[in-house]
Amino acid sequence: MTAPAIELRGISKAFGPVQANKDISLSVMPGTIHGIIGENGAGKSTLMSILYGFYKADSGVILINGKPTQIPDSQAAIRAGIGMVFQHFKLVENFTILENIVLGAEEGSLLRPSLAKARTELKRLSEEYELHVDPDALIEEIGVGMQQRVEILKALYRHADILILDEPTGVLTPAEADHLFRILANLRREGKTIILITHKLREIMDITETVSVMRRGQMTATVRTADTSPQELAELMVGRKVLLQVEKTAARPGAPVLEVENLRVVDEAGVERVKGVSFNVRAGEILGIAGVAGNGQSELLEVLGGMQHATGLLKVNGQSLDLSGLHSDGRTRRAHGVAHVPEDRQREGLIMEYSAWENAVFGYHHEQKYQKNMFLMDQAAIRADAEAKIERFDIRPPNANLSAKNFSGGNQQKIVVAREIERNPDLLLVGQPTRGVDIGAIEFIHKQIIALRDQGKAILLVSVELDEILSLSDRIAVMFDGRIMGERLPHETSPQELGLLMAGVVGKGEAA
Amino acid sequence: MDYLTLLQVLDSTLRMSTPLLLACLAGLFSERAGIFDIGLEGKMLVAAFLSGAVAFVSGSVWIGLLAGIGGSLAMSGIHGLASITFRGNQLISGVAINFLAAGLTVLAAQSWFAQGGRTPSLTGAARFNAIELPFATALKDVPVIGPLYYELISGHTILVYVALAVVPLSWWVLFRTRFGLRLRAVGENPAAVDTAGISVVRLRFTAVAICGVLTGIAGAYMATGLQAGFIKDMTAGRGYIALAALIFAKWRPWHALTACLLFGFLQALALRPDVIESTLHIKVQVQLLDALPYILTVIILAGFVGRAIPPRAGGEPYVKER
Repeated sequence: MTAPAIELRGISKAFGPVQANKDISLSVMPGTIHGIIGENGAGKSTLMSILYGFYKADSGVILINGKPTQIPDSQAAIRAGIGMVFQHFKLVENFTILENIVLGAEEGSLLRPSLAKARTELKRLSEEYELHVDPDALIEEIGVGMQQRVEILKALYRHADILILDEPTGVLTPAEADHLFRILANLRREGKTIILITHKLREIMDITETVSVMRRGQMTATVRTADTSPQELAELMVGRKVLLQVEKTAARPGAPVLEVENLRVVDEAGVERVKGVSFNVRAGEILGIAGVAGNGQSELLEVLGGMQHATGLLKVNGQSLDLSGLHSDGRTRRAHGVAHVPEDRQREGLIMEYSAWENAVFGYHHEQKYQKNMFLMDQAAIRADAEAKIERFDIRPPNANLSAKNFSGGNQQKIVVAREIERNPDLLLVGQPTRGVDIGAIEFIHKQIIALRDQGKAILLVSVELDEILSLSDRIAVMFDGRIMGERLPHETSPQELGLLMAGVVGKGEAA
Repeated sequence: MDYLTLLQVLDSTLRMSTPLLLACLAGLFSERAGIFDIGLEGKMLVAAFLSGAVAFVSGSVWIGLLAGIGGSLAMSGIHGLASITFRGNQLISGVAINFLAAGLTVLAAQSWFAQGGRTPSLTGAARFNAIELPFATALKDVPVIGPLYYELISGHTILVYVALAVVPLSWWVLFRTRFGLRLRAVGENPAAVDTAGISVVRLRFTAVAICGVLTGIAGAYMATGLQAGFIKDMTAGRGYIALAALIFAKWRPWHALTACLLFGFLQALALRPDVIESTLHIKVQVQLLDALPYILTVIILAGFVGRAIPPRAGGEPYVKER
């Protein structure tokens, strides 16, 4: 019997009082794809960092191909044949692809021979694994899909036999993700061992042979993928029953609440980010805006939230609102019944150093009910308010004095969502509501959004997660390159069709 | 302005540019590796003092030069320790070095030589003296080329030629060697270097050390080549001008040469107000001429001269992410 490509025995690692990994054992056979799933903070990344020599485990043994191996640094990991594709790519932006591949694996002290050798080797690898790249292109000029291929090539160039991919599809379009999976299948056929870290259950089901589930630093289960189901995996991850499918009734849309006509946004560099979009959102419906990050959705959301200026026409409840930025900002938008859960909660939604109770009132702090007199705010009222929100939204730990940075991603997001939803707005703008949020909190936040819709409010949802768009939206608009490529009804479309629209491929009967 | 006067001004430009060029290239190595170095000024000052003092005591300019480089390296060590090992703020560390140098040099000079914070004048072998290049005298009378060779190209101290040689050398090291690739990478994205199995700390310390050696030569040139001894605050902001030149040059060696020659030219002009008067037929205040390089520095630092994109990881201590 062949030895496992990777075997971990009793790996433990603590950061101060936090036990990030606790007695983890894992064994992956060569030539297979092994999935690791778990919520944020379950310890997946720590475990992989130990494998790649970023951290030293407090205890435990690592065996590579049956041999006990010490991995004190990344150099040792590379020598042991381990390659890692991080979630955030480790590439030098103004270097060429070739230079990035050579970096750290040069032949001698002069560059020219190293680059020449790498060019030949790269050509061979590209053909062997369907990993086509232009060696002389600069990293900053190529898309994320290509950048990821460079990362994989980097590992292969260093003769990696074991490839670890951390959340590889987070930044990819569905088509790019499919391409990646074809590449992974090729690699497996060539005998490479792959560890895939993800929180997307569908990917696990599609491509892995075996899967391990991590929860709170422990490996709670390792099963054959064929013997399990998404439902079971989700339960193992969260430790309780979860609703994967969002339950909602058909929408009963009313009058238009938000009307947008020919909206254009030009950014500071003079680049037109939003190129004349028109749409409306009616009371009691959720309009989902799908698209790969960076196609104008963020700018659109910022304009509607009053954070960015634009040209065109914007109406809320039939009333025209200022777009020039001269007479409008987040506060005037709120006065017109627009609430905004911004895309980046840590930068735009919260002040990380401030406490939860302060964060829970931002944007509404000027309201009369929070004022004690002309000069002082009524802290007691604000705190009582925050504590009520913490209870209703099950924000944990339930401590209003804790600063925002000390909450997990999911609970941070709950603070923002609670603050905005509790105002009972007519229109709720939501950007990436579940980015970096664990499965339990996703379920909760989705329920809140649906409940708001059922109260007859209009909701504009911007998300790069296609699953989220498909399960929440009553109508879906797809943005590409600053334009709306088309509108679809969720039950009449498929991820494949939306994926094509997201990639800029126009469907039948639609003008460009 | 006649040909000979022009050559004299250019000759003086070359001499004034030399400390700027060395300091600028020093900064280039440090900043390309992601360590901003506002302490060039202080390091030059320490090197100027130590080289002046040691050259006087030992009577050998070469031992003086080594002492200057050693002093500058020690300062680089402090900067490296603060900003690489302890991940401190690079600007504050640099400012601290400048203050330390300004005070320490005068204090030590006064206590050792008791000449009001300066070192005794250097003569003979305690100074870098002008080198006459081969055939300089012989070719002197050849029209046009003769004076050019004799006045401008020949007759500088060895360090001027060293500074000029460091330009192509820096370019070659940065863009043609493995070390250069890694150095540029660590200034752009240290995480990429780290995950490639290369030590970020060692690479950055090497860059800071190179910076120390070059500023050491720059400072030694001030006290033993350009002048004959150390004077209080003799660098007079050249470290900052070198930084401005570095930004102007967009962190590229050949452009650094151009930028430093420009600043050197302005400094050379300030030495010859008579030339300006005779060419432009206006009387210009000497003080205004003296201020020209600094005015240009402010203009460059305020970003009026194109957009300069510094190395992306510059100024940021590298912390491994979880």
